[in-house]
Amino acid sequence: MSSRFTLSALALATVVVVASCGSTEETPTAAAPATTAPAAAPATSAAPAPAGATLSITDPWVKTAKEGMTAAFGTLVNNSAADITVVSGTSPLSPMIELHEVVDQDGKMVMQPKQGGFVIPAGGSHELKPGGDHIMIMDAKEPVDPGAEVPFTLTFADGGTFEFTAIGKDFAGAKEDYQPGMDMGGESDNG
Amino acid sequence: MAELSRRGLLTGGVAAGVVALARPAAAQAAAETVVPFHGPRQAGIATEPQAHAVFVAFDLREDTDKDALARMMRLLTDDARRLTQGRPALADTEPELASPAARLTVTFGFGPGLYARIKAPSPVKVLPKFSVDKLDKKWTGGDLLVQICADDPLTVAHALRMIVKDARSFATVRWTQRGFRRAAGTQSAGQTQRNVMGQMDGTGNPKPGTPEFDLAVWRPDGTTQLVVRRIKAELETWDAADVVAKEFTIGRKLSTGAPLTGTKETDAPDFAAKGAHGFPVISEYAHIRRAHVGDPSLRILRRVYNYDEGVTSQGHADSGLIFASYQADIERQFTPIQKQLAEADLLNEWITPIGSAVFAIPKGCDEKGWIGQEVLS
Repeated sequence: MSSRFTLSALALATVVVVASCGSTEETPTAAAPATTAPAAAPATSAAPAPAGATLSITDPWVKTAKEGMTAAFGTLVNNSAADITVVSGTSPLSPMIELHEVVDQDGKMVMQPKQGGFVIPAGGSHELKPGGDHIMIMDAKEPVDPGAEVPFTLTFADGGTFEFTAIGKDFAGAKEDYQPGMDMGGESDNG
Repeated sequence: MAELSRRGLLTGGVAAGVVALARPAAAQAAAETVVPFHGPRQAGIATEPQAHAVFVAFDLREDTDKDALARMMRLLTDDARRLTQGRPALADTEPELASPAARLTVTFGFGPGLYARIKAPSPVKVLPKFSVDKLDKKWTGGDLLVQICADDPLTVAHALRMIVKDARSFATVRWTQRGFRRAAGTQSAGQTQRNVMGQMDGTGNPKPGTPEFDLAVWRPDGTTQLVVRRIKAELETWDAADVVAKEFTIGRKLSTGAPLTGTKETDAPDFAAKGAHGFPVISEYAHIRRAHVGDPSLRILRRVYNYDEGVTSQGHADSGLIFASYQADIERQFTPIQKQLAEADLLNEWITPIGSAVFAIPKGCDEKGWIGQEVLS
């Protein structure tokens, strides 16, 4: 149990706003997945951050899974005057995280890596939801239990990052077929 | 002319008064459909009873430990705080059903088994066996209780669905009891309701907002205790009793709910009053005498719902009462009353307790907290 994502430090929050740590000295890039839970929301860090501080996520959640594939959802909100492009994501849950979209391919809904990542328009939002864009966890190494708090880090095109915690939630849907021909066992370009 | 003018003025005034009364009433109905979730005490207790309720009790799965219980209660609290405010639950599969909230309340209770699981002393103990009990396991016990109440049955159904979906990884459903009162708006608020036997039920209830209510229901830490008993009404034999016998059994007039010694429902029963032959007007074994409690701190809050399930092939009813009572201390308040009733209540002839469960009701929580946090952290 202890190795599972059952961190209990955070309260379930409607809106999780975590300031970017991408521009701070401690974590210059998003390469290193967080190994501990991020600070409780809202973050007390006042570090100036070009992109991350202006991004927030509403209702982040991740579909529970024993292992293997699962996905995270929520609504990314851009509070800045410039578009933000999320190009990759990481989580201690899995070494393989991809940004996916769901597309109609010959009448069948399939998911595939989203070219160019997620663009959150200036002053707008971008919803990640079952049947639509989502953060794909390709190979969860630990179970995602219901109510677990799973940390994620998103990296922007400008190198900034944004951290949030998603809540494990039992969910029957979000079972889109993976794009045939993708090498599911291999390395990911985005991961 | 003056007379006419005056009359016209009066008529106009009356008409205007009616309009003025009607408008706020309609606006009120729309505005008051949300019951606050956050607070030092859980909602759904002092809340004026909604028209529909479902009580669902769970058994914890074997591997549900304290950590898992905390995760479960965070999820369930999150569902409750959203749904009660008319907002969809997180990952709600039918977000369209979240509104109207219809005064939805979701109230959580912990049974003795939950405390045993976390190796903590339970504030509540299983009730002693009463002589009248014919308890069926399928309506008895439970480690976790969720009481879901709203003025709309679809709202209740949706909330139940979302709660159960989040609870079932941690627990199995032990029993579900659905109940109803008069439809919202068909009676004035606060009016005593009738049960399926036609009796007024809850006449002596403490009134929310009074010191007597607080004394009877709340503990200083914002917790309380709940008894849920399923009381089958033996309607076939009740039908065979005449009105005089029914009123003698209860000690009240069926028509008005007044005690046999009074004329109004609110009249205090005169238990000393004697009839023509020197016998008490209200029998020694009448329900209201057996259930009577003088000390306000020993009273209980009856928050009951009727049930009416499928009729048998022979046309017999499966009806009764989901008796739900809130009190600060079950052993001190509920158990002595129930003993008195079990010993010699004339009404026992027509009612049978077939289910029984007790739960500690944790205090309320604020926006950042969750129900049961002080128990499970």
